[in-house]
Amino acid sequence: MIKRNNNLDKNKTINRRLFILGTAKVGLLGLITSRLYNLQISEKKKYELLSDKNRFRESKTPPKRGVITDFYNNVIADNKRVYQVHLSLDETKDFNNSIFKLKNIINLSDDELSKIYEKKQKIKPWDTIVVSENLSWEKFSKLNLYLHEIEGAKPVLSTSRYYPYSNDLVHIVGYVGDASPDDIIKNEKIEKNFVPGLKVGKIGIENSTDQILIGNYGIKRYEVNSSGKKIREISYKKETQGENLRTTIDIEAQKLAQKLLENKAGSICAMDIYSGEIIAMASSPTYDPNKFTYGINKKDWNEIKNNKLRPLVNKSIAGLYSPGSTIKPLVALAALEYGIINPKLKIKCKGHDHPYELYGQKYHCWKKNGHGIMSLRNAIKQSCDIYFYEVARLLGVDRLSIIAKRYGLGSKVLENIFSEEKKGLVPSTKWKKQVLEQSWYLGETLITGIGQGYIQTTPLQLCLMTAQLANGGFKIKPNIIYNSNFNYEEILSKIESEKNKPSKANILKDKNINLYEKLYKNPKNIKIVLDAMYGSTNEQFGTSFRSRHVDKKYRYAGKTGTSQVRRITDKDRELDLDTSEIEYKNRDHALFVAFAPYDKPKYAISVLVEHGGSGSKAAAPLANKLIKKIIDRDKDREIIRKELKII
Amino acid sequence: MIYSTLNSNYSFVDKLKSVDYFLIFLVLIIGAISVFSIYSTESGDFSFYTKNHLIRLIAFFSLFLALSFVRVSTWYRHAYLFYLFGLLLLLLVIFFGISASGSKRWINLFVFNLQPSELMKIAVIVCFARYYHRIQSADIESYKYLLQPIILLLIPCSLVITQPDLGTAILIAGSGIAIIWLAGLNIKYFIYSGLLLLVSLPFIISVLKPYQKSRILTFFNPERDPLGAGYQIIQSKIAIGSGGMYGKGFLQGTQSYLEFLPEKHTDFIFTLFSEEFGFIGSILLIFLYALMIYRIIKIGFSCRSFFAKLYCFGFSTALFLYVFVNIAMVVGLLPIVGAPLPIMSYGGSSMLSIMIGLSIVMSCKIYSQEIISN
Repeated sequence: MIKRNNNLDKNKTINRRLFILGTAKVGLLGLITSRLYNLQISEKKKYELLSDKNRFRESKTPPKRGVITDFYNNVIADNKRVYQVHLSLDETKDFNNSIFKLKNIINLSDDELSKIYEKKQKIKPWDTIVVSENLSWEKFSKLNLYLHEIEGAKPVLSTSRYYPYSNDLVHIVGYVGDASPDDIIKNEKIEKNFVPGLKVGKIGIENSTDQILIGNYGIKRYEVNSSGKKIREISYKKETQGENLRTTIDIEAQKLAQKLLENKAGSICAMDIYSGEIIAMASSPTYDPNKFTYGINKKDWNEIKNNKLRPLVNKSIAGLYSPGSTIKPLVALAALEYGIINPKLKIKCKGHDHPYELYGQKYHCWKKNGHGIMSLRNAIKQSCDIYFYEVARLLGVDRLSIIAKRYGLGSKVLENIFSEEKKGLVPSTKWKKQVLEQSWYLGETLITGIGQGYIQTTPLQLCLMTAQLANGGFKIKPNIIYNSNFNYEEILSKIESEKNKPSKANILKDKNINLYEKLYKNPKNIKIVLDAMYGSTNEQFGTSFRSRHVDKKYRYAGKTGTSQVRRITDKDRELDLDTSEIEYKNRDHALFVAFAPYDKPKYAISVLVEHGGSGSKAAAPLANKLIKKIIDRDKDREIIRKELKII
Repeated sequence: MIYSTLNSNYSFVDKLKSVDYFLIFLVLIIGAISVFSIYSTESGDFSFYTKNHLIRLIAFFSLFLALSFVRVSTWYRHAYLFYLFGLLLLLLVIFFGISASGSKRWINLFVFNLQPSELMKIAVIVCFARYYHRIQSADIESYKYLLQPIILLLIPCSLVITQPDLGTAILIAGSGIAIIWLAGLNIKYFIYSGLLLLVSLPFIISVLKPYQKSRILTFFNPERDPLGAGYQIIQSKIAIGSGGMYGKGFLQGTQSYLEFLPEKHTDFIFTLFSEEFGFIGSILLIFLYALMIYRIIKIGFSCRSFFAKLYCFGFSTALFLYVFVNIAMVVGLLPIVGAPLPIMSYGGSSMLSIMIGLSIVMSCKIYSQEIISN
């Protein structure tokens, strides 16, 4: 009975306890169900997305860069086929072993080897590493022979940047290299399109037009397993090549300009005086941009870096020089425009024995025996310093500064293309007060009048100045990338019809003038200056007479300049040494500006030879050759221009 | 001891009549689902795992049928022996066990590697059922009778924990505790020991192996280490979640096919199933398990002897625990502890123990009227 009771008791308990347990079980099953509902129905989208991410891996392929051509459609920055060897890390079990084998087959240097290890640190374990970017055909075929022995190695046909005119264009076109973290931060286009192995412009046009040239990367989508191994390709969105770019450069003129500067340090710029198209912009010495594409080696880099003539400096835009006498036409123009002098003003240049004197300070002309009695035209033609001391004194530096700035000095010309461009300096009393916190001395006005002292210009600014004088005094915008919106004929006829009309512009004010508007007040003054420049080149006693062209087709007008790099002492004057006898770094810079053809001007040119001596001996002869070339090519240029217009 | 012979003279036909065919049907249908799931883990390739699984399923299912005809009193009689046998095997693991991925859990039986801890899961239930069968309800709370089962439970649990295999240890402990609960131990003991566990939790955590600690930490924040400890749970959630309402379809589970799923044929088989058959499929599978548990409880009610009753209720709770822990784990409700899903998961020992457990249930059913006296 007891036992029976006990059993009943136990059964009762167990049933009650089971009921409690059962309730708990139902509750827990409900919990799981709601969790499943949550995962599979409420958040399905999220997990589907994650699942796709798991399955697919994207690999981006670098786009081909756009090709850069000169005005005549000659390719100046190209993409050439290269043989490369890549190593895909996810297929390489023993990285060191594979690299070691590759090293022996394609002769990797220790330098290259350490670079590869460096690269490996930066990429993901399923990425591909570019072991060699540019293999010779011999090595490439040798590699193919041993390929089966090297795990993960892949021979790849790729493209890389190639500059067919190597040294001739580096300062304009620039070069490319691997994108640095800095490049990626600075340029949104690079950031968006960044792919390992993407080359970006480092300097020059390559750099400033990356936006256009880079193109868009391609995307290969792979299905992968959990270890990232590719199983199959799902889709391949092909990369799009960057847009091609036409520059305004004439490669023939450029080549010649570069050749004329061979073994010299200097710059030659040439420009269309209406469109502002830069025909040539040479800087010497130069270097080979192709060396930078795969990363330059130390030896070559040191050679470039340590060269005393500074090949890395683009002298046309980043070299600052005193303009010397090349500024005289502008000084004369300023004096005429402000009505300070009339062209008949006569001043006597009496040679070194009787220099120009101001407050006890002596100012000499370059010509030892003096020029005699000079009028304005003669003073420009023969480049008399004494005459311009007086003109400058009468004009004053502030008025000269306004005119100099108006014609293009003291501000950057191609700022949006070349980040390294310098703006130079056009001094004024206000500038000196603000920057140097000193008052202006009249003596400083005198030397500014012959392009010495504080004034600093780039060769391209001098070219622009000459162009804006030669086109009759109209404002133009220089450019180096072809602008298809520019209507040459329209601008030309506008300028032609306006040329002889006086301007209502208040030249006394330092104000901005719109494109293709008059920079002058009275067109006569421009003509006087241009005529004097004609004399300088084409008449006896002119400073560049020896470099003239007799043929009317090539006949040009110019102005020489000799820019002192240090103060000339009385002792120097006494010694009167020939250029070759002076130490190189103390020699004068030789300058020359010109426009051609004289009868119907179209092109302006500036030449600068660092420490070349006198402008008439070292710079003008170079201009003579280049002008001929440019005028010879003019007909072709116009044909191309017409073709481009039709398109 | 005297055993009742009241219904020991059943004819074989009578026995066949009292077999629970619905339970057999449930085992077969879950078994079939498991074969297809394992087949899917091999991306539709009838090879190693599928073949092995199928062979084991057939072999152990046959064993289940055969053992079903063992008298429930025989199980009662040999309950302690069964427990001691399990304990002996656990000790053998220490000396002759085979190690795999950092833990020593198996004994090489040539045919397959036996995991004694799995067997212990059932042995504990049988042993406890017998223990409480003979104790008067008034005695349950006496310290003498309270201490014995605790010791009986602590020995195998500590042996399994040191293998180390936290998951199985928890399941063994859970089944044991479930029986003590069913036997009617005062609720206050459960509350006290629960509180004690909470208090000693910091101490327990300090004793845990680093990987176990990281699993627990990862459970609370899987994104802590997405490629390391959190990897499994994140991948499992992705696979299940991306399955959606109807699933990606049989053999279409991309996550498992592309090997994102870890241990997809063992502990994470539910993940694969859920990815391919979605919410509907998952609920259906859970429903099948629930039916099975319900069926076992129903058998328990029909039993005359307290041992059989206690065993059936205990086993049903244990079964529920296995299913719950496994699924809760793969859906991210519990830390990853390593607990297989009954029948579904690949693994001989787990299948063997479930089949033995079910066979005892079946024997309870066939010999339901047998009276076991003390």
